[in-house]
Amino acid sequence: MALLARGELRSILQTELPNVLDSRWDTQATDQAEAHGEGQTVLLDFDAVVKAEAIVEVAHFVRDKFGYDLLSNITAVDYLNHGIIELVYQFYNAAEAGPDLRVRVRIGRSPEECIVPSLTPTWPGADLQEREAYDMYGVVFPGHPNLARIYMWDEFKGFPMRKDFPKTGDKYTHVTGE
Amino acid sequence: MLKTEELQINIGPQHPSTHGVFRMLVTVDGETLVDLKPVFGYLHRNHEQLGEVNTYLQNMPFTDRLDYFNSMVNNHAYARTIETLAGVEVPERAQYIRVIMDELSRILNHATAMGFMLGDMGAWQTALLWGMREREKILDMFEYVSGARMMCNYCRFGGVVRDIDDWFITELKKLMQGLPHYFDDFEGLLLNSEILLARARNIGVLPKDLALAYSVTGPVLRGSGVAYDIRKAEPYAVYDRFKFKVPVGTVGDVYDRFLVRIAEMRESYKILEQALEQLPDATGGFINPKVKQQSLKAPAGEAYARVESPKGELGFYVVSDGTGSAYRYKVRAPSFINLSALADMCKGYTIADVVVILGSIDIVMGEVDR
Repeated sequence: MALLARGELRSILQTELPNVLDSRWDTQATDQAEAHGEGQTVLLDFDAVVKAEAIVEVAHFVRDKFGYDLLSNITAVDYLNHGIIELVYQFYNAAEAGPDLRVRVRIGRSPEECIVPSLTPTWPGADLQEREAYDMYGVVFPGHPNLARIYMWDEFKGFPMRKDFPKTGDKYTHVTGE
Repeated sequence: MLKTEELQINIGPQHPSTHGVFRMLVTVDGETLVDLKPVFGYLHRNHEQLGEVNTYLQNMPFTDRLDYFNSMVNNHAYARTIETLAGVEVPERAQYIRVIMDELSRILNHATAMGFMLGDMGAWQTALLWGMREREKILDMFEYVSGARMMCNYCRFGGVVRDIDDWFITELKKLMQGLPHYFDDFEGLLLNSEILLARARNIGVLPKDLALAYSVTGPVLRGSGVAYDIRKAEPYAVYDRFKFKVPVGTVGDVYDRFLVRIAEMRESYKILEQALEQLPDATGGFINPKVKQQSLKAPAGEAYARVESPKGELGFYVVSDGTGSAYRYKVRAPSFINLSALADMCKGYTIADVVVILGSIDIVMGEVDR
């Protein structure tokens, strides 16, 4: 079970699991961002961007076929300008030395679209990280056994790490920090 | 048949054995633990959002407050991420200095972590003071180079803030002379202690496959028998130039984690010896002079860099939008993710074991709650 080179997963998925890739980001893999103006985020295509509903299938695929058995990190990023929330899953192969494999899921920011199936039933290590993504970004993970807020208190409204969450003012005292 | 009633109790948040403000909601049947729910958030300050507001350099002292036992390692991981993102070269001498500080941190962290764990077992204060004694000596060295004992703020992008001098090297060699003897003493005092064996052996067992599924890293993963060490798996700084072993356990119980940490301190000592031997002279400089520390800008993109912190994989995931501060700044905190295995490790053991198992994971709440 050899490690995959950067971007190799995309071509493998195209032949072996043709329906899992997210067709909106079907272009060639880009490793380096092109020259952009300041304040412009870019969406990078390390490895592969898959459909939200296929993430469990892809995670099993890379584990069973290529030995990526250590799901190290789940990061949620709010790309407000592009109108998406991205989840980055970083897998490692614990038996072989090498870099990570980044599988991405891109979903909309509205409550109806912000849904990704949970990996917790097979990777219990995802438990706390998915709760964190829910708490901070409002990503809902169906299949998670206990999707409750983790850092904020249960009565808290809103998702504080989203880019459009107001940084000034306090809704409890109705002061609008002007 | 006799019917027993289950009881739900709180351990923490204010409790000396929870190593900070951490709460465990525990369901017990008599003495036996049925369920455990960790409750977080008492130290939450949204560190990740602070990282989005600060400039890259302003954020360096904030990383000290994550794992406040090993601020040197946090600085190293963060500096490495920004260096990857902005494409900054680091002089060789700075790489060696960072390695020396990292390995000193590992020794002090493991010594105190084991001291705390033994304190939890009831070896009240003696073992802890043994750990603290060595820690203070190392913290004095940190204070000499950085100006602060714990909040070192020592790394900069492309190097370190101050060079180490001859006095430091002489004192470090003096300190290191005592270390092998100290490891032997620490081990000899405890290794065959009847109480330690009774409290640690076959307690909190985490089998190999479960350890991987729970994404645990560091001594907890190695205690379960997986020889995964980032210094070997993805060598950073100059770790590929040193000879050292990756100690692993066999059973994955509390005792194995204890043994792995003792063995890792010895390996750290070996790395320190080699690093001091290979340390290049000061001609190459200790920091890259071309880097504009205050106004550093990184091109749009993302970077993830990780180091083997004493507690596990410490990584920073930073997304840049081309400005002087991060667009997204995420900390992959080892003790936070190692805690996800806590409930499974504790189930079926007695409530007195829970405290010991938590001690054997070695958590620090500054990093868990962020």
